[in-house]
Amino acid sequence: MAEIIVKGGFVIDPTRKIDGDVGDIAIKDGRIVDKVSSSAKVIDAKGKVVMAGGVDVHSHVAGPKVNVGRLFRPEDKLLSGFCRSGMAQKNGYRMESGFSIPSTFKTGYDYARMGYGFVMEAAMPPIHSPHVHEEIHDTPIIDEAALPVFGNNWFVMDYLKKGEVENTGSYIAWLLKATKGYGVKVVNPGGTAAWGWGLNCVSLDDPVPYFEITPREIIRGLLEANEYLGLPHSMHVHQNDLGNPGNYKGTIDSLKISESVKPKNKFGREQVIHSTHLQFHSYGGTGWGDFESKAKEVMDYVNRNKAITVDTGNVTLDETTTMTADGPFEHHLQGLNHLKWCNVDVEMETAAGVVPYVYDPNIKVCDIQWAIGLELALYAKDMNRIFITTDHPNAGPFTRYPRVMKWLMSRKAREAVLGSFKHKDKVIAATTLHQIDRELTLFEIAQMTRAGPAQCLGLGSTYGGLAPGMSADVAVFDLNYKNMPSDPDMIEKAFQRAACFIKSGEVVVIDGEVVSNGHKKTVWVNVNMPENPQVMRDITQSFTKDYTVQLENYSVKDYLAPHPFVINVDVEA
Amino acid sequence: MVTVTLKPTKVPELMLEGYSITPDAFAGKKAPEIAALPAHEGKVHVTLGDYFTVTGEAGATASETDIVIAGDCSRVKYIGSKMTAGTVTVNGNADMYVGGWMKGGKIHIKGNMDSFCGIQMEGGELLCDGNAGNHVGCAYRGDWRGMKGGTIRIKGNAGNDIGTFMLGGTIIIEKNAFIHVSTHAEGGTVIIKGDVEGRVGGQMVKGDMYVLGKIMYMMPGYKKIDTVEKEVDGVKAIFDHYIGDLGERHGKVKGQIVYANLYLKAAA
Repeated sequence: MAEIIVKGGFVIDPTRKIDGDVGDIAIKDGRIVDKVSSSAKVIDAKGKVVMAGGVDVHSHVAGPKVNVGRLFRPEDKLLSGFCRSGMAQKNGYRMESGFSIPSTFKTGYDYARMGYGFVMEAAMPPIHSPHVHEEIHDTPIIDEAALPVFGNNWFVMDYLKKGEVENTGSYIAWLLKATKGYGVKVVNPGGTAAWGWGLNCVSLDDPVPYFEITPREIIRGLLEANEYLGLPHSMHVHQNDLGNPGNYKGTIDSLKISESVKPKNKFGREQVIHSTHLQFHSYGGTGWGDFESKAKEVMDYVNRNKAITVDTGNVTLDETTTMTADGPFEHHLQGLNHLKWCNVDVEMETAAGVVPYVYDPNIKVCDIQWAIGLELALYAKDMNRIFITTDHPNAGPFTRYPRVMKWLMSRKAREAVLGSFKHKDKVIAATTLHQIDRELTLFEIAQMTRAGPAQCLGLGSTYGGLAPGMSADVAVFDLNYKNMPSDPDMIEKAFQRAACFIKSGEVVVIDGEVVSNGHKKTVWVNVNMPENPQVMRDITQSFTKDYTVQLENYSVKDYLAPHPFVINVDVEA
Repeated sequence: MVTVTLKPTKVPELMLEGYSITPDAFAGKKAPEIAALPAHEGKVHVTLGDYFTVTGEAGATASETDIVIAGDCSRVKYIGSKMTAGTVTVNGNADMYVGGWMKGGKIHIKGNMDSFCGIQMEGGELLCDGNAGNHVGCAYRGDWRGMKGGTIRIKGNAGNDIGTFMLGGTIIIEKNAFIHVSTHAEGGTVIIKGDVEGRVGGQMVKGDMYVLGKIMYMMPGYKKIDTVEKEVDGVKAIFDHYIGDLGERHGKVKGQIVYANLYLKAAA
């Protein structure tokens, strides 16, 4: 593979505490190296910012519920994307379509245009993992992994009811291997299983019908199982009672469960819990009338407890499509907006719902949600533990990350949006955003979108930095570190369309245009541990008795992930 | 008002996507510029001049522009779509999406129209002397925001899915319609002067429907509450007043539930 040198840019690399030093980044054979020969291809980055490729810790980009969204929202494609395929085909690329639920090609291209190199699919229903991997393989350029959901899995609830953390661990290890999954995702623990009875678990101590277990026990048990295995990523949780006024107390209580669990892994991960799309879980008030922000209260706790990482889940005030394994929540949402609703039960594993949603700037609640997402980041003390997401597509499409960066980096930009609201005074009264002067720096943005999430995923030695030996994902943005634009829109524009993006040592974007389909990889975690006869017997029995497929047909075949990047984890008996 | 005339010279092998045939796109242009406006035949880029000879010129603005198509457009889609002002007249048939998303101005089709005419229309007038296909004044596939305003008048028959998800405006079908009228509608008025096969007002939340002929199969979610005399589109008659769809959600005004109304001409 050719050598490349990115010359003379302002390098921003939080992993090595480099903040705007002018320097060169040398690339050879897909890796960052100390130096290259004089024949290396030169990318001139003079007067521009150079960062590692972005790392997205939580995004719904592949799998059955994304596809349901695409299928039942043809209107999402009507006025977006380059629907005329002639030009793209002529240049060797594929047609792109969709806005909140883009096609696989648009997903890969748009992430690359923004300089992102790794994306975590945030919720994989295990039995549908072959579909998830087919779509991942169909998404060009970006490296991807997927988190199978465990929080409502019948095996997990059965084992944890009896306090069997080791058996839970063995089951997780088996399922990660079978689904080529990356880690432990928990969505509305117990609540989605209760949805099978038309119920929900809105507090940590609501019992799950039939299983006689509580969300608190599921969270604690999975935290312990995650550390028993020593997986690269923390347990990744979407708490109970998402999206409801007054839910912040339950959020803090659930985070407190992590206090009694110690991190144990070989990946340099110091946290045990990742609390995702925190914006949806930081609400005060008793109803929509007195709905208010509790971002400060939640972040005060997160700042104190170093066992936690979070991502923001910023509302971007767009028309979007919500999709989650939190089945009861989607039913609740459909009752509020009366739009179309899709609901799926996934055998013994999980469920899902999909509902379109319009975050209308003329509606007070949407504006308060917008403010909460920004407040979370602005109250954070350790920027390596908080990451930018929009819970794509739930709070907004991922293509709005540059806009979120603009809002975080410019008070002027935030105030302009705040000032445009119909219910401006009510929004200011229910939030604290108006009082916050803080403006994040490029270094802090690089922590939130590169170094931090890579470290949190246990991938800190490969992604998120520019040290020699790391994957050569290098993004160049047209921003002058020494002379940042006074117009905040220029920040958004620069991050929307990278001046250059090199992915795995290959130039894939120039001047915001995709120039190559790249060579993507699928990342998954393989746990090596002695076979647990009891768990294997339980699985075999269940497949003969309960599942709709046979055990041999369940797992993801190798041909579905033809470019694997396997992370091995050894567990001693 | 300045008139520009398009005379068809060639029948497209596929359908011609004539999204540029609007007063807004023509405004301020001379004949050669209009002939150079883009269109698509399948995935191939073409120009209007490949299919029409253009004579005359457009007005300075859309509202001063009158477009006349002197011939058949059975294979030309999107005539007058998204237009905001001015007039378009077709002396023949037109294909799908006539006046789709239009906001103002007037379209007159002297022959028949195919489906999706006036889709998600917001204002203006659409008049058809012949028959219309399906999906008259409906919402785009999947969308829940249908026709918001303006008037569609079909002098002949129409097919199915009339006024789906309608929010406002008026649709008048002077002869018969097939099935699915005002499905999911939350406003607007549909007047059918002939007969309808059935499925009138299914899942309708709000809005009005008038049927001056017969409905062969009534929806079960409608209840007769009254008999009233009304004048509708110049016709005075006695109507049986039904409310519905009783299986659907409805809003309240001053504590009273607001239903959708179906006025069916009472048997003589």
